[in-house]
Amino acid sequence: MTTIKTTLMGLAAGLLLSIAPAAAAEQAAAGHEEHYQIPRLKWTWGGIFGYFDQQQLRRGFKVYKEVCSNCHNLGLLSYRNLGEPGGPGFSPEEVKAIAAEVQVFEGFDEQGNIAMRAGRPADNFVWKFKNAKEAAAAFGGAVPPDLSLITRARGIEREFHWYEYPLVMAKDLATQYQEQGADYLHALLLGYVDLPAGRKIADGLNYNRVFPGNQLAMPQPLSDGQVEYGDGTPNTLDQEAKDVTAFLGWAAEPHLAERKKMGVWVIVYLAVLAGLLLLSKKVLWRNIEH
Amino acid sequence: MSNESIASVTHEPGSFEHTYQPKTAFTRWLDARLPVIRFAAHFMAMPTPRNIKYVWAFGAILAYFLVVQLYSGIILAMHYAPNSAIAFDSIEKLMRDTSYGWLMRYTHVVGASLFFFAVYIHMFRGMYYGSYKSPREVLWMIGVAIFLCMMATAFMGYSLVWGQMSFWAVTVITNLFSSFDSIYPGLGTAIVQWIWGGFSVDNPTLNRLFSLHYMVPFVLVALVALHVWALHVVGSNNPTGIEVRDVKKETLPFHPYFTTKDMFAIAAIAILFAYIVFWMPNYLGDVVNYEPANPLKTPPHIVPEWYFLPFYAILRAIPSKLGGVIAMFGAIVVLFFIPWLDTSRVRSCRYRPIFKWLFWVFVFDALALGYIGSQPAEGSWVFWGQVFTVYYFVHFLVLMPLVGLIETPSPMPESIEDDVKRKAKSTQPQAVPAE
Amino acid sequence: MATTIDDDQQGGINRRDFIYIGTAAFAAIGGAAAMWPLIDQWNPDASTLSLASIEVDLAPIQPGQAITVLWRGKPIFIRNRMPEEVEKAKAVDVKELKDPDAEVIGTANLPATDANRTKPGKEKWLVMIGICTHLGCIPKGQSAGDEKGPYGGWFCPCHGSAYDTSGRIRMGPAPRNMEIPPYRFVEDTKIKIG
Repeated sequence: MTTIKTTLMGLAAGLLLSIAPAAAAEQAAAGHEEHYQIPRLKWTWGGIFGYFDQQQLRRGFKVYKEVCSNCHNLGLLSYRNLGEPGGPGFSPEEVKAIAAEVQVFEGFDEQGNIAMRAGRPADNFVWKFKNAKEAAAAFGGAVPPDLSLITRARGIEREFHWYEYPLVMAKDLATQYQEQGADYLHALLLGYVDLPAGRKIADGLNYNRVFPGNQLAMPQPLSDGQVEYGDGTPNTLDQEAKDVTAFLGWAAEPHLAERKKMGVWVIVYLAVLAGLLLLSKKVLWRNIEH
Repeated sequence: MSNESIASVTHEPGSFEHTYQPKTAFTRWLDARLPVIRFAAHFMAMPTPRNIKYVWAFGAILAYFLVVQLYSGIILAMHYAPNSAIAFDSIEKLMRDTSYGWLMRYTHVVGASLFFFAVYIHMFRGMYYGSYKSPREVLWMIGVAIFLCMMATAFMGYSLVWGQMSFWAVTVITNLFSSFDSIYPGLGTAIVQWIWGGFSVDNPTLNRLFSLHYMVPFVLVALVALHVWALHVVGSNNPTGIEVRDVKKETLPFHPYFTTKDMFAIAAIAILFAYIVFWMPNYLGDVVNYEPANPLKTPPHIVPEWYFLPFYAILRAIPSKLGGVIAMFGAIVVLFFIPWLDTSRVRSCRYRPIFKWLFWVFVFDALALGYIGSQPAEGSWVFWGQVFTVYYFVHFLVLMPLVGLIETPSPMPESIEDDVKRKAKSTQPQAVPAE
Repeated sequence: MATTIDDDQQGGINRRDFIYIGTAAFAAIGGAAAMWPLIDQWNPDASTLSLASIEVDLAPIQPGQAITVLWRGKPIFIRNRMPEEVEKAKAVDVKELKDPDAEVIGTANLPATDANRTKPGKEKWLVMIGICTHLGCIPKGQSAGDEKGPYGGWFCPCHGSAYDTSGRIRMGPAPRNMEIPPYRFVEDTKIKIG
């Protein structure tokens, strides 16, 4: 493995093997694919007591609605999810209003024509396009993927020497690192940089330092000041990317906070149970040579 | 078991040949017709060497994971739709809408991984202490058959997700059979089409995989019953590898001594299990499988779940298609024969100065194959894959028979009792004698 | 066989037994708690519950017409009754009814008057679960050409139960009046069922 540059990016500081994120933005030899080291960010939903920040999810939903939803969909999500605990926490009326903005296929009327009705909270998110064919036609053959699971369906290609593997794994286990997808997505949204000298990309594609192969059909979707938050949060590109990533992170795993909360109780219970069993075993075996 | 019977065995270690006496009119009546309580009492009183270590608890841990997988799996089947159009979405619906659906699904997914983790430790323990040697050959071979069933079940279960990796894993692995075309033209193709129920992996394939994923575990349970039966006939091995000579002094009844010990081990492993389920349930899986199956697009890098990686590395190490398939299955089949490939008079590696080291070299070899299996088949990884594959077979087919003949075992205790007494003397000089 | 008695066992439960019993009890609590997710997963899931209440627009239903909507997998009969049908329903003496209970879900011992089976001021709307209380068939009477039975309401073809214009059982084997689901008017011509 000669091509390997580094590893363990953004893991806990002080590690001999880790290097600063800025140092990683260097390129592999001779104008080939760029190896950008995706920084590991701190998300509210990481770690033992992770949860989604309600205000951030609301901002992220705004970004999704105003920008992403022009091309993508969240087909596995229902409008009602927006009002469920652990999520953006919209009121029943707000959810109803959001749902009512779309038209949903109801069935066929008496003449056999397609009948549509206004969306209801129970409906799943409706795509702007009738189907993938229409989307492909609109985007020159590239279908914008559904974003329902995007933060779970993307990871980071981490490169390290084979002998570092046990260490990487131990660090992952100790820090419950599950946010690769979010890190990737955030970096991708920030990854539209100027084309490096000597690189050429195909017509109609955009250069992105994070996307595998660096050539991406999606043009830069977010920029500074694009979405008006209205709550005083600075609408920088970085903030917008973080917020929409958080929203999509929640969309991929709406029960995350519930899961982590339950986990704490289960672990505490099991620790006590294991302690009692060990005590029982010690008492039972106390006079026995073995 | 009643408190009274616990007390009686507790206070007289050794003298536990269980003589079940039905106490009530009902148990007497039942005992004359179906002596199931008598059987259970006898079963749980199995004399077990008192010197076995915690690594022996992995048998009980495996039983625990089997039960976990059966329970969670039956529940998943209540929500899963084995139809290629909606399979993926039905799992996501379970995760999102069903009460505790996410818990059921993550338990099953992580449980499968830890099931393999436990079975590998169980197998390595058997290899280190020579638990496969006479008279435990059949016990060992049933174990290998269980391992095969586990692999088949896990593979088919993974396919049911119908994500990108599921779909392409099924495509790639079922295509292995097309290598039979090199034996007789058309044979492999015919077999593959028969497995698929079509000209590609599609809904008929998914349906049969679902049915078999539900069915094979029943075979597995039957094999586990045979495995435990065989264990009761020949008894547990122990770290010295010496057979029990004096049941009274060298063994303890399985219950309550080893039930308690195993329960503690299960609780300890359950902490690890819960940690992964609740905080990193997707860590052991591949992210690509959260994309729905797409028959028109292959993921750039197809890798199986971690527990198949060593075998996957062996498959890819051989440049010929048929050869790779034979090597991969050979790597499992060779395990059936190790009771006869091992020529040593001594069971336990504790007293085998050379083979002890070769055991650890083999563990390293297996881990290395696993790592290589996770890497793209290019560059130097191909070469190293071949080296470690060759060593895998050399270990069993050359070193195992040879070293057993030339090796001089180190001094051994005379008996389990001797070993226990020596250990007691060296570690706790003040220990109060048991009897 | 249990003749040996441990030194510290004389006074009932000793420390050792306490540890064993405590451990077993603690394990049993955990086992019971772990059962709950296994049970709860059979309950209606979130997507089903989200359809537990529906809104129906009554505006398009002309006097004398009826529609059937699906609510929780059951047919709901909604009828815009003609004034004479309402009058007929009101004129019935509750005492001569086979089932004197209004059968409004969520109430008990409410007399089966037409007023009790409708909403005040909205008497022309009859909203009820269209399932015959005999053996679960769907009675006829919704479409214009349907047989409505001798009491002008609904008629179950399975075993000949006849219901009046208020959906009350008047004749035949069915024991009870057809049930009124929980609903309310959210607007003048819009109801929310459930």
